[in-house]
Amino acid sequence: MAKVPITVKVNGVEHTADIEARLLLVHFLRENLRLTGTHIGCDTSHCGACTVVLDGKPIKSCTAFAVQADGRSILTVEGLEQDGKLHPLQDGFYQEHGLQCGYCTPGMLMTGYVFLQENDNPTDDEIRHAISGNLCRCTGYVNIVKAYQYAAQKMREGGA
Amino acid sequence: MIPRSFEYHSPRTLDEAIALLQKLGPEAKLLSGGQSLIPMMKLRLVSPEHIVDINRIPGLDYISESDGHLKIGALAREHQLETSEVVKTKFPVLAETANVIADPLVRSQATICGNLAHGDPANDHPATMLALGATVVATGPKGRREIGIEDFFPGLFTTALEAEEILTEIKVPVPPPRSGGAYLKLERKVGDFATAGVAVQLTLDESGACKRAGIGLTNVGMTPIKAKQTEAFLTGKQLDDATIQQAAELAASESQPMDDIRGSAAYKRDLVRVLTGRALTTALNRAKGGA
Repeated sequence: MAKVPITVKVNGVEHTADIEARLLLVHFLRENLRLTGTHIGCDTSHCGACTVVLDGKPIKSCTAFAVQADGRSILTVEGLEQDGKLHPLQDGFYQEHGLQCGYCTPGMLMTGYVFLQENDNPTDDEIRHAISGNLCRCTGYVNIVKAYQYAAQKMREGGA
Repeated sequence: MIPRSFEYHSPRTLDEAIALLQKLGPEAKLLSGGQSLIPMMKLRLVSPEHIVDINRIPGLDYISESDGHLKIGALAREHQLETSEVVKTKFPVLAETANVIADPLVRSQATICGNLAHGDPANDHPATMLALGATVVATGPKGRREIGIEDFFPGLFTTALEAEEILTEIKVPVPPPRSGGAYLKLERKVGDFATAGVAVQLTLDESGACKRAGIGLTNVGMTPIKAKQTEAFLTGKQLDDATIQQAAELAASESQPMDDIRGSAAYKRDLVRVLTGRALTTALNRAKGGA
């Protein structure tokens, strides 16, 4: 099969590549670009560890082809920190112990990045619904909800 | 898991996409949201030789109201249904349905039209669209044609679409005054398919009797099921508790579930009875102006 040329902006940097059409977006990010912050968990669209932000929308990168990202912009966990300063969500996960093993964390952060832009004053219940496509096997979610609330408060105070 | 190789096509117009389907024949598969197709390709349950990605065709991602209908374009995502104002105010049952499909990340990609075009009896929108009496618009080499939703699901993973046609729009009639609906789904966990699901849409007449009842059942048969006998039974009746109970039993008898990992056929049939009773009660309250 002929390879397909793509140009994708990832975390503000433009990348071009010739890829197989069947290459999954998560493999493109991890193996072609060596951005291994995005994790592969279940590989079956359930766990959300591979969540990235594509043109402003959170998606499971194990369930998208890299060719679909041609000409578009992606944000991964590596792009959250700005000028050496953690994103309020990253700070929240640190302050509130929102992670234990850390495997789900990149996905949790990317889902939250979009969610808090749309709702910076969420209830705990709204947060739990928002992360219902991101599975965590360690924390029991309590501290993840707290981390989201911590970030929401920082963002309302203008810390973002 | 890596799918088999395929040739990728990215048409920029609907005409171009239809021409590709004509040229490539049955070995071509359309990609819209991809949230059913891509997992199936990864599991190699399907391995199309050609993928025709319609995501770059502009103007297909609308959800809007005109001519007495809600119109949902081929590329409108489930997430749009959840956030659309017109849907929230006039078609709350559609938002209620979207809200229990898969999870928020899948819903940001998955399309409503794809949910029908996949022809999976476990999908949720078919039941709601059956209850609402929707119409499907198919566009092909000969132009547009309309298909009633009750004729759209002839068999398992099969739809009334021809190989060269694209499901370009769903039209849902605006419910008249004194209407209410509900979609109830039991799932083992977020993201699972329904163990069973029941969609109800009622319209009452001025005396409060049932003028029209639409009932669709999810994942209790080889196709989405329109509970026609139950609909006919309800029409013209005052919906007291005894009538709702009888209707619920009738709906259960119209379901055709099978034993599987989600439960026995007998359990699912009883679930249809319970969910139908609850959905009718909720829809009735909503038709009367309650929540």
